Amino acid sequence: MKAPRVNGHGVGLGRIAIEDASISLGHGDDASEAVAGLDISVAPGEFVCILGPSGCGKSTLLGALAGHVANSGGSLTVDGQAITGPSPDRGIVFQQHTLFPWKKVRENVCFGPKMRGIGKVVRRQLADELLALVGLSGFEEFYPSQLSGGMQQRVEIARVLINQPRVLLMDEPFSALDAQTRSMMHELLLDIWTERPTTLIFVTHDIEEALFLADRVIVMSRRPGRIVEDLRVPFSRPRPADIVTEIEFARLKRRLLLLLRPDQQSTTLHEYQSEHALAPN
Amino acid sequence: MATATGSGGMHVGRLLVQVGSILACIAFWQVASTLRLNLGIVTFRNVPPPTEVLQSLIVLLQSPKLLAHLGSSLGRVFAGYGVAALLGILLGFAIGRSRAASDVLLPPLELLRPIPAVAWIPLSILMFPSSELSMIFITFIGALFPIVLNTIHGVANVDRRLVASARSLGGSRAAILWEIVLPGAAPSIVTGLAIGMGTSWFCLVTAEMISGQFGIGYYTWESYTLQNYADIIVGMLVIGLFGMGSSWLLTTLGHVLMPWRSPMVAR
Repeated sequence: MKAPRVNGHGVGLGRIAIEDASISLGHGDDASEAVAGLDISVAPGEFVCILGPSGCGKSTLLGALAGHVANSGGSLTVDGQAITGPSPDRGIVFQQHTLFPWKKVRENVCFGPKMRGIGKVVRRQLADELLALVGLSGFEEFYPSQLSGGMQQRVEIARVLINQPRVLLMDEPFSALDAQTRSMMHELLLDIWTERPTTLIFVTHDIEEALFLADRVIVMSRRPGRIVEDLRVPFSRPRPADIVTEIEFARLKRRLLLLLRPDQQSTTLHEYQSEHALAPN
Repeated sequence: MATATGSGGMHVGRLLVQVGSILACIAFWQVASTLRLNLGIVTFRNVPPPTEVLQSLIVLLQSPKLLAHLGSSLGRVFAGYGVAALLGILLGFAIGRSRAASDVLLPPLELLRPIPAVAWIPLSILMFPSSELSMIFITFIGALFPIVLNTIHGVANVDRRLVASARSLGGSRAAILWEIVLPGAAPSIVTGLAIGMGTSWFCLVTAEMISGQFGIGYYTWESYTLQNYADIIVGMLVIGLFGMGSSWLLTTLGHVLMPWRSPMVAR
């Protein structure tokens, strides 16, 4: 399962190397370091969860991998190529409400192929395949506002995967969903990832989510974010939903809980805002 | 079932009250004008009753003058408002998207903005070779600012995460402008167009009263000078009707251009 994989479309899986990376947000006196001196390497096809308290710079790191935020020091590369800007090779799924409200579901999913100049018939066919993969056949002609939160996130995933990215970046994609929908989405995501493998970086503050999904859980400290733990999750795949009740799961959960226990310093509003800020477009 | 008929009955009841309210106003008008009611600060002595207005309206509807007046008014609004819509949206996009364009274009616009369009009438008569052009200019000025400002607002407030998503999906700058910024700003642009349409009519009627030869505003003012008092109210009603019609047109345009704002399929 750990061996490098190549997906059905013959596109390679991205190897991510983050070396001594620092990212600062804001300008001049307002500038502050979101992450500092970060070293992470992710093998092709690996599923990595980045876990950390809010305001630890984990979303900023993801923004930098997506190419929306520039790093101020060190290097970020995918397959040896430095990240200089956004690319469909590195798809990103946000928490919520980033589907284009004026496009129907199918047209949302078609966006990437349309940008690559693929003809209408072919791209619609591709979109319908992806929508079937995420279990949304029959909803092609709906507007996003007509779908539930969980369905909207499935469209998001389809819209990103249609570009056959080497890296899939997910920024707390299920945290706005109710618990039941969230656990359904976890199983769906693992199914999709098995069928269309990519290197996957998944940012979350939910310990159980991280342990259930990932091959590896990286825990970050408060700002400026540093790595305090790099944990290999020992459970084999496919993982049954009731794995969360196993003793080993509970043990790892307790360990991560202690690492994440909030220290006295609380996140300021300013830190929260810059954490969720994107680079100017 | 019971609730349905209950609310249906209530609906009819409310409608009756609403229609009754309008009828009561017309009845008051009829009584006040036939009695030549004088309330001290306001008098109905010269106000023609609704029955007389109705007769004048029928006369106007049958006369060829109506088409000439409406034709010239509509022509002016289309010309002035059309140019304002086109230029306003272009300016709004440039200012909303580019800091350089904003630095160059916004200061003069901000200086001119507080001047009401009707205050331009004397100067525009001096500036343009024909009163026709000066009236078109007034309707243009009236519509321009609301359109520019609402477009800027809409363009500047497009959700940055949508733009970020589009860039990550491979959208070029031009594609993002067309596929994301334009539809994202569309609700605000349509609001600007609707406000602009209202001010455009208002300015046109004023300009026609001062310098027109044809047009519905001119007709209304001419009726006053000729002491055809019933025709004044006919003119007012026609102006109101066309204002209503144009705003209905824009609301409909909004629904047609932005179907995602009111989707038909049930959730």
